[in-house]
Amino acid sequence: MVGGVLTAERLVKQVGSPEGPLTIVQDVSLDIARGESVAVVGPSGAGKSTLLALLAGLDLPTSGRVLLEGHDLTALDEDGRARLRAARVGFVFQAFHLIPALTALENVMLPLELTGHSGARDAALDTLRRVGLADRTGHYPRQLSGGEQQRVALARAFVTRPAVLFADEPTGNLDSATGARIGQLLFELNADSHTTLVLVTHDQDLATRCRRVLRMDAGRIV
Amino acid sequence: MRSIRLALRMLGREWRSGELGVLLLALTIAVAALTGVGFLVSRIGAAVAMQATQVLAADLRVESARPIADTVFARAARMGLDQARGTGMLSVVFDGERSQLTDLYAVTSGYPLRGKVLVAAHLFARGTPASAVPPPGVVWADSRLLAALGGHVGSQLSIGAATLRVGRVLISRPDQGGTFTSLVPNLLMNAADLPRTQLIQPGSRVRYSALFSGDRRRVAAFETWLRAHLRPGEQVRDIADTSPQIGSAVNRAGRFLSLASLVAVLLCAAAVAMSARRYVARHLDLVALLKTLGATRRFTLWLTTLELLAVAAIASLLGASIGYVAQAWLVYALRGVLAQGTLPAASLTPVAIGSLTAVALLAGFALPPLWQLSRTPAIRVLRRDIGPPPLSVLLAFGPSAGVIAALIAWVVLDMRLFLEVTAGLAAFLALLFAAGMLLVRAAARLRGHVGVAWRYGIANLGRRRTDSVVQVVAFGVGIMALLLLGIIRNDLDGAWRGSLPADLPNYFFINIPPHSRAAFIAYLHSHGARTSRMLPMIRGRLTAINGRPVESMRFPGRRGEHFATREQNLSWASTLGRDNRIVAGRWWTPSERGVPLVSIATEFERWLGLRLGDELTFDVAGDSFTVRVASVRKVKWDSFQPNFFILFAPGLLEKETGTYLTSAYLTPDQARSLAQLARTFPSVSIFDIDDLLNDVRAVMDKAVLAVQSVFVFTLLAGLTVLLAAVQSSRDERRYESAMLRTLGASRATVLKGVLAEFAALGALAGLLAAAGASVAAWFLTTHVLDLRYTFSPVACAIGFGGGIVLVAASGWLATRSVVNQPPLGALRAGSG
Repeated sequence: MVGGVLTAERLVKQVGSPEGPLTIVQDVSLDIARGESVAVVGPSGAGKSTLLALLAGLDLPTSGRVLLEGHDLTALDEDGRARLRAARVGFVFQAFHLIPALTALENVMLPLELTGHSGARDAALDTLRRVGLADRTGHYPRQLSGGEQQRVALARAFVTRPAVLFADEPTGNLDSATGARIGQLLFELNADSHTTLVLVTHDQDLATRCRRVLRMDAGRIV
Repeated sequence: MRSIRLALRMLGREWRSGELGVLLLALTIAVAALTGVGFLVSRIGAAVAMQATQVLAADLRVESARPIADTVFARAARMGLDQARGTGMLSVVFDGERSQLTDLYAVTSGYPLRGKVLVAAHLFARGTPASAVPPPGVVWADSRLLAALGGHVGSQLSIGAATLRVGRVLISRPDQGGTFTSLVPNLLMNAADLPRTQLIQPGSRVRYSALFSGDRRRVAAFETWLRAHLRPGEQVRDIADTSPQIGSAVNRAGRFLSLASLVAVLLCAAAVAMSARRYVARHLDLVALLKTLGATRRFTLWLTTLELLAVAAIASLLGASIGYVAQAWLVYALRGVLAQGTLPAASLTPVAIGSLTAVALLAGFALPPLWQLSRTPAIRVLRRDIGPPPLSVLLAFGPSAGVIAALIAWVVLDMRLFLEVTAGLAAFLALLFAAGMLLVRAAARLRGHVGVAWRYGIANLGRRRTDSVVQVVAFGVGIMALLLLGIIRNDLDGAWRGSLPADLPNYFFINIPPHSRAAFIAYLHSHGARTSRMLPMIRGRLTAINGRPVESMRFPGRRGEHFATREQNLSWASTLGRDNRIVAGRWWTPSERGVPLVSIATEFERWLGLRLGDELTFDVAGDSFTVRVASVRKVKWDSFQPNFFILFAPGLLEKETGTYLTSAYLTPDQARSLAQLARTFPSVSIFDIDDLLNDVRAVMDKAVLAVQSVFVFTLLAGLTVLLAAVQSSRDERRYESAMLRTLGASRATVLKGVLAEFAALGALAGLLAAAGASVAAWFLTTHVLDLRYTFSPVACAIGFGGGIVLVAASGWLATRSVVNQPPLGALRAGSG
């Protein structure tokens, strides 16, 4: 199975609860090839977001391992995983998660600055242009609409040219028209950048645009 | 570098949003309180030194039995110092048939260079400062001399071959000798008249003195030169030689001010802790996001630390500026009390200390939460319920406890006092917190009996119980400090000005012959004076310590040398005065009468490096006494009671010829009888210390003003705690207010609830302050100041009412904007 850009081997995630250990992700193995787009769908509480967190190294599995471009995430410490994310991973969230204290441009520059990239400003301006926000670079998040904020988030995710982009319900907080436009933009950028896309969503339209759809229920891929 | 850039960018943005305002305010007030007091104390220290110079009538003084070389005066003139000359001798002065041995002091113009000569028109009257020296042909004679001669202003006195007119009554001159060395009456005259008296003949015993003053550095340089060029018999005196009474009140005030400012700093620390908590809560998402985007833990820690360091830097600058202005105002308010002329400029050390304090407060109270913040897991971007793991108790409280301990240690600079203050403070705070907790709980029980607004307000107090208790305590301490000073100030004024306590005498009587003791006391009592204890006084010289002659020994500092070689006033006593406290060893028992024991004052112990059990040999009029140090006494010199550095056990010195001394309180009316007393007991010397007492009162009054000003910082700090608490509950309040308004409550009802909450908080703080201040005032008046305590219901009412008004108004102002927000937006933003 090993050979894809992202590989999960027998992932298990358990958490403590008053009723004893609760298994949220159960024996999940998968292999995602470079450039592939994968949608993870399923009912609420199925373990989709937890699987995404494990694949992105935001959390560690109880057992099993995750290989991102050959790096075993479970063997790295917190800072090691952070460095790997900085270099190779992009994120888009349902709640946008822009930093309110920074302008649109500064938000997009941030991941480049974290890696010490020299041309952060130009790259960020270029990406903002690609998402259609060239005239909004100096705006703070609170001055932007929801759709615009998510476009800034997309620019921030793609500006580092990540190997893998993780998107958690990227259209969940938007109305359907805006959501559709953001979905469109997401796939365009993904195609342009040859990025591997892992998408957790309830949005059926969005899921069907992916090359592969993984359905989750009760912690397992079914 | 990346983190600095990002931190500055975030700081700018958060600053504009008002997020860091309370933190900045808390740090600024802490720095202002500390630096203000630091500036003031450093300047007071310099002022005390200046005040001490008044006793010398100069900054530096040379004394000799031979005329002082002109080269000395020439050198001083070249170095730009002011100078004056004095010539003193004992001579008999006549007024017609009557005569009196008198201490003549002839001075040149410019005298005194420091301090002031006080003169009056009548005997034993209150003196006013003289503007110049007596003109040629005129003398100023003191009350004792005129009383003995039966003279008055206008009398012609024969002094040697000259006849000079009494122009004024000399009440005091700065260098007449505060330690009762001069037992004969004084007369001040112009040096130009000296040749006419023809008193200076070969073989005359004359004391020549040269007085110098000027810029401190130049005086120091001149002193160095002088000491290298001293001729035999010439003695240099500087401020190190002055008596121990000087500055003791001011020194204590300085330390007290520092401790008072520390209370403000500790309250600010509570506000810093609260602000830091809110800072952490509001930055959890940011840290999680930064980590998701690839930031390391160190980077996030750096980022937040840098941001707060920048706040500390701004606070240091602002606080030091405010501190400087506050201190300048205080110096202005204290003008005339601290010293003559201008005070030396403040040093820059307090600025460094203020900045260090800001950083230390952050390190102690904000760094642990920041450390915790940096441990926020990245997964929080997906699961908002996940926060950082809790801090260990050691990490959560260790740094803050360490910083508080370090601050106290820095202020008190004394291990024993440090332990006492720390333990006292801990007990005090624990007590206040317990009282605060009880009050908050008691208030919560009231909620069933009040209207809806009050119920909502009081419920809020109970719900945010820890915060409420912290606020009640913080405000309580602020109000308490001010109340306490108000009460004590009244007590002091009352005690000193009103009821005239028997133990605060304003006249000293020296040289009372043993056989006239009873008659003397009876005379004073018959004129309505209240006398204090009467102690014997015998002159003696310390000759050996543990068998080693003092001449062959070296002592720590020049003060020690001086003490070892000068003639001492010795006394004996069977009971220990109330103004004396044994700090080592023990006081003798009646059965130890005649045992060769001695009790020494702490100053004597320290300056001579003595220990309990040391054997001291004294020469008293040719008889040698070897006595063992049985105890060390802490003497309250400012009690104005007769006191001695050296007290013998009874049954040793009685056979030596000595005299007695006592002190008494006399009203201005009673003081008129002193002229008659001086004639009845001609050998008795009378010292009027009314002016000195008035000076002390003035210093105390101004010191109280200074302390009250510092306590204003304490109150401000209490206010900052309130702001911090309000801010940390702001989001919650916004949500609640929106909920209540959605459920149909009017804006006025919600506001009333808020007002009720803060009024209740203020009432509790006022109650705590009134009770605490009363207890503290009782303790201070009865145990420290030895005054009678009277309960002050007015002060308590002011504390209680003031607490309600102040807290309700501030709380209402701080939360008004929250309540005014439209409910929809607040509900959308959610509760967190």
